[in-house]
Amino acid sequence: MTSSERPPAIIAGHGEFAAGVRSAVEQIAGRADHFVAVSNAGLGPGEIEAELRRVVAETGARVIFTDLPAGSCTIAARRLLRDDPSLTLVTGAALPTVLSYACGCDVAKAVEQGRTAIGVVEGGR
Amino acid sequence: MTLELFRIDDRLIHGQVVVGWGQPCALGFFVLVDDEVAGSEWEQELYRMGVPPEMELFFESVASAAGRLEAYRSDKRAGMLLTGDIATMERLVAAAPGIRAVTVGGVHHKPGRVARARYVFLTPDEEERLSALAARGVTVVAQDVPHAAAIPLDALLRGDVSQ
Repeated sequence: MTSSERPPAIIAGHGEFAAGVRSAVEQIAGRADHFVAVSNAGLGPGEIEAELRRVVAETGARVIFTDLPAGSCTIAARRLLRDDPSLTLVTGAALPTVLSYACGCDVAKAVEQGRTAIGVVEGGR
Repeated sequence: MTLELFRIDDRLIHGQVVVGWGQPCALGFFVLVDDEVAGSEWEQELYRMGVPPEMELFFESVASAAGRLEAYRSDKRAGMLLTGDIATMERLVAAAPGIRAVTVGGVHHKPGRVARARYVFLTPDEEERLSALAARGVTVVAQDVPHAAAIPLDALLRGDVSQ
């Protein structure tokens, strides 16, 4: 399955994280339509889970990217994975990971590229 | 340091708790009090994965928490006890004397609840339970994150969240 044939993936997290990452993907690669953004803002745990289930049902999403491993979106996503083991959850996701996925990488490669993108540049060098 | 934070939060273990409070307050452990979670290995594993290795997570029912509260209080580390709803905290306070302060950290919208703060929505019954806690001598405030001002219960119930 090519990246253009894949169903949209979900980006879920705190505040405007998901919409922001989706917006950045659009600016860089023009592929915002590959993602659906979900925010946990103002939602209780049951509502977050229900929203993720709704998006999965409507879009056929197979991959969920979340921000914090301890976050409520991650907890909710894991409840979906219990019922549907074919889903994949990526925690600690940031723009490089999501962008790599948007550009056609599989999940493992996208995660690897996301890890590689993290660096520290000290002043004076 | 001891178990000094008693928080009502329907998300239980989540980012605001683990990172928002855990790091600046140097929390060393959490006590999650929930009868259902205490009886489910799967639920416990779900929450355990959200806690970094330097923080310990204990699971208790209301009854077992009441019995172990003194042990948690004698822990040299700073700790936070969590319940997912007001009724559970009310039961714990009744079963375990000495809880002097409770923080409402997150009770989100559901049908029948009215907005009292950005992160606190309450039914009339829940408002009565919080007032009952206060009547027992427990200081009840709403506060989602450490740097935010704590909202006293009377202001919370008036929906006066400007302070």
